[in-house]
Parts: sequence; structure tokens; C-alpha cells
Amino acid sequence: MSFWEKIGSFDRRYIFALIALTVIVPLLIPIGMPITITSEVKSVYDYIDSLPPGSAILVALDFDPASLAELYPMSLAVLKHAYTKKVKVIGMTLWITGASLGDMVMREAATSIAEVDKDYTYLGYVPSGAVAIMRMGQDISSVFKADYNGKPISQIPVMKGIKNYKDISLIVDLAAGGTPEAWIVYAGSPHKVPIAVGVTAVSAVGYYPYLNAKQLVGLIGGMKGAAEYEKLIQARGTASAGMDSQSMTHIAIILLIIIANASYFVIRRKNKKAVES
Amino acid sequence: MIAQFFIPPFTSLYDKILNWAMIISIPALVIGLTSLIKLHYTRIIRKTPNMPYSIVAFIAMITMALMGLIGGTGEGTGFEWMFKNIQVPMQATMFSLLAFYIASAAYRAFRARTLEATLMLLTAVIVMLARVPIGNFLWHLIMPNSNLPEVVSGWILNVPSMAARRGIILGISLGAIATSIKIILGIERSYMGAGE
Repeated sequence: MSFWEKIGSFDRRYIFALIALTVIVPLLIPIGMPITITSEVKSVYDYIDSLPPGSAILVALDFDPASLAELYPMSLAVLKHAYTKKVKVIGMTLWITGASLGDMVMREAATSIAEVDKDYTYLGYVPSGAVAIMRMGQDISSVFKADYNGKPISQIPVMKGIKNYKDISLIVDLAAGGTPEAWIVYAGSPHKVPIAVGVTAVSAVGYYPYLNAKQLVGLIGGMKGAAEYEKLIQARGTASAGMDSQSMTHIAIILLIIIANASYFVIRRKNKKAVES
Repeated sequence: MIAQFFIPPFTSLYDKILNWAMIISIPALVIGLTSLIKLHYTRIIRKTPNMPYSIVAFIAMITMALMGLIGGTGEGTGFEWMFKNIQVPMQATMFSLLAFYIASAAYRAFRARTLEATLMLLTAVIVMLARVPIGNFLWHLIMPNSNLPEVVSGWILNVPSMAARRGIILGISLGAIATSIKIILGIERSYMGAGE
């Protein structure tokens, strides 16, 4: 077996080891790559930043632990920004496996900057996705009778004066699945409530048509988007730390693709020559 | 539901329909749970090779349910501890494995065999580089005052990729409308088991 043939059939365990190293080493020895801000992330930041204190935003935390690496730091950054701006935050989720996660992220973001019930509330999980979104357009309290801990909505100060989407200045959907489309179709378009979306990097591409059609205020995509938001609020978190790892992993994958293609072309040329002779 | 947008008296009827839709969808959770229990119960009774996993699934399901029912699900509860320290790391690990398989699959299958494959490969490399800080960092070493990688990747996402995505959305929507009309008119009945 020639050198290039060996390269072409490289044992995948070496590839796994290489990827593990490119993830772990930059986390232990940070490089501190400069993060540039994209317009789609900046527009979410600008929108929240322009909201007057006392206005309310609805944050749907529609993800589960599988996409935690990307969406948890993103949620923390968006929530911290809203809390700092003294914007009322109403949290909820359409994902049953994300109910506890939503509670955790709301509390963690609020540490020393916001008070539960006064500045924010977490309503928890509601089933039946699109129908719940539609029903909330009429009356939020008809969908959520109580918050995540069972406290009746009527007894939560932050919910005072908030009946439906007319009282909401922005809906932010931080999602691992297809819920942003339901929010756009059933809340954004009929009720004219602005919507911002934060999604995993793999699904971000799918939301550019909505962004371009101005159905979205902005789009935060993956860990890079989260890192951009962290930079905007000047609070370096896990997303910024993860950027070095992600950069190195991307470089490693690109190098692997180049090596594999070089091997493919050398072998192909050799086989062609052998056939000709 | 369409009428309520235009005729105000339909609003109260719309509210009732939405309430009904929510009530009807909740039993789906019960059906899902019943189906899961039935599947694992059958595996245990029949002592299939995967039986140990079913036992683990049963223990985990019962433990989490009991924790939530007895101690609640809020801050400082056993349920939250188990969720944070068992479910979160396990689920995050499962999803993280994808990075290793993507790298391995890219190495084995991503070949510039045809013009289309070459275009896809080049696009992937440009977007992969430009969407992480190192892309700009490396480019700035060559041309400090240029943001070409970002401009090119932005164009890819905002023009060809978006056009393709729009086409897919339109196709799916038209297909969904056509199928819905067929179901309403009784032409399409395979969802009820017809034609089997």
C-alpha cells in the first residue's frame, strides 16, 4: 500500500483523537481569537437595547440539553442584556425536555441583576406548540394559569398589565428545532409583534429568508452568534471561550478534507496511468 | 380559524377551537408514554438482547417521575439535581459525538469527484472558515484591511443559499396545502390506514 493509499484509508480513531485535541487544547490554553460582530446579531442587540425600561419581552427557550453548548450561553447573554436594561422578561418553553433547563438559565442569568416575579418570571412548559402560540395571542393567562413553580399568574407582579402579544415588545425564540417558524407564522405575522431568533449553527441558514423578508428583527446563529452577543454585552462567557475550539476544529476538518482529496487525486491519476499503459 | 381574522364575532368561537385543540393534543403525551412503557415492558418480558437497556430506561423513568412528584421540580430539588448532573451531560455528550462523526465522514466522503461536488466543497470550506474567528484572523494576516471572507460567506448565505431555501419552503408549503385539501375532500385516506 502506497503512502497516498494509506492516507486515503486513515483509521478513523486518529481523526477522533485529532478532533478531541483541537477541542480540548484551546479550552485549556485559550488563544483569544478576535470576534467580529455580524449585522444579524447586532440588530437583535440594538432592538433590545432600544427598549424602554418596563417594556416586556417574551423569551421562548425551546431547546433541550442536546443543544446546550450553543443555546445556553446564547440564552444567558440575551437574558442578561434584557435584565440589565430593566426590561421585563417572561420565559417559557414549548419543549418538554427543556422545561428545567429554562428555569436554570433564567435563574443563572438573573444572579445579582434581577429578581424573580419582580423583573422576570418563568412560566415553564406548555404542550401543543402552534395552538398554544395562537392562544397566547388572545390571552396568555388562558395558556399559563401559573408559573413553573405553581404560583398563579395573577399573583406575579411582572405579569401585571400583560394580557397578550399587544403588551409584548419583542418575542425572542432561542430554539433547537422548528419552533421559530411557528412563532413567525402564528405570533409575528398576525399580531405584528417583532420576533428575534437564536438557533443552532446548523439550522441558522434556514432562517435567512425570514430575516431578509424582515419577518425577523435579527438572527443569532450558533456558538459564534452567542460569542458575538457576549462581546456586545461585554460579558465574556462560555461561547467566547468555545470560539477558539471551534476555530481549531474547523481548520482541522478543512485540512482533513484537503489531505483526503489530495490522496484521491493522486490515486486516481496513478490508476489512469496504469490503465493507459 | 381563517374567518376570525376578518369577522369579530368569530373570535369567541376561535378561542373555543384553540382550547379544544390544546386539550386534544395533551393526550398525545399520554399515548407516547404508554407506547414507551409498552415497548420496554415487552422487551423485558421477552428477555431480548437489549433487555438491560430497557431495565435502565424503566428505572430512570420511574426515578425521575417520583423525584418530580414527591420533591417538585424547582430550585434545589432532587429532580433538578438529577436533571443537571445526569440528563444534561448525557444528552450533551450524545449530541457532541456528532462532531467526531462529521469529521470522519468529511474525510471519507467529501471528494471533488464532479463539478457539483467541487462547488459544494469550496462553498463549505469558505463558509466554515469565514463563520469562525480564525478565518478573518488568517485573512487579515494577508490583507489587513479587507473583510473578503465575511463578504463572500455573507453573499453565499444571503443569495444562493437563501434562494434554495425559499424554493424548499415554497415547495413544502404548496405540498402541505395540496395534501390538506386532499385529506379534507376525502381523496387522501392513507393516514387512516386506507389502501393497506
